[in-house]
Amino acid sequence: MGENTRGAPGFVERLLDSSLESVDSAEELAVGAAERAGFDDDDLMKIGMAVRESMVNAVVHGNRYNVNKKVHFAVDERPDRITVRIADEGEGFDYKSVPDPLAPENILRTSGRGIFLINSFMDEFQIRRLDPAGTEVTLVKYIGSK
Amino acid sequence: MSVKLNSRQVGDVSVLDVAGRITLGEGSSALRDTLREMVKKGQKKVLLNLGEVSYIDSSGIGELVSGFTTVTNSGGQLKLLNLTKRVQDLLQITKLYTVFDIHDSEASAIRSFE
Repeated sequence: MGENTRGAPGFVERLLDSSLESVDSAEELAVGAAERAGFDDDDLMKIGMAVRESMVNAVVHGNRYNVNKKVHFAVDERPDRITVRIADEGEGFDYKSVPDPLAPENILRTSGRGIFLINSFMDEFQIRRLDPAGTEVTLVKYIGSK
Repeated sequence: MSVKLNSRQVGDVSVLDVAGRITLGEGSSALRDTLREMVKKGQKKVLLNLGEVSYIDSSGIGELVSGFTTVTNSGGQLKLLNLTKRVQDLLQITKLYTVFDIHDSEASAIRSFE
């Protein structure tokens, strides 16, 4: 892949409240960075939605809207990719316990599709438990990937 | 803009025009409350017009499924009209596309209710 000079490398970091407003802020920051990096509209939608779903997990399932707990958000914009890190301060969430939303017996469930969508939309998706508490997810999307 | 809902009656079909964002919070709860209210009033034929929906997240998808189940369990039918490409793509990757009866034309959707 040739060098991409469309976007200037940049790094943005924020400490966000455990609120739905923070979900909107994080989505805007990530999509703005992805736009500067040169991602197309389709990828911007995918990145925005993956960040949104990750933030909802951090605010709702991780920090459980606790006003004393924060969400650590960072977006790293490089010429060939965007990396987003989102960490909560919750007690930990077992992502493997979420049933497969595509299984016929789960298709009419009203929740449990967030992780599946993040995995579908991003090129890399990692989850790690933090010590002493919290969960961090890392999302990576490469320019030009499908 | 959050979600904007407008219901109208076409014959015996209740059409709910949905515009804006169906996301966790106000958007998805407004849709849920409106659909439950329609079922409570005994409306059995519900057509959700999603033509002006600009964004939907997994919570919004969950509300579509919840609405479908609520209406179906009350002996009614819920159908979808005018999906944007984004909503259509989301329903396809989540394998929900075949669960819903989806229409591109309001007239044919209205006729399709038994």
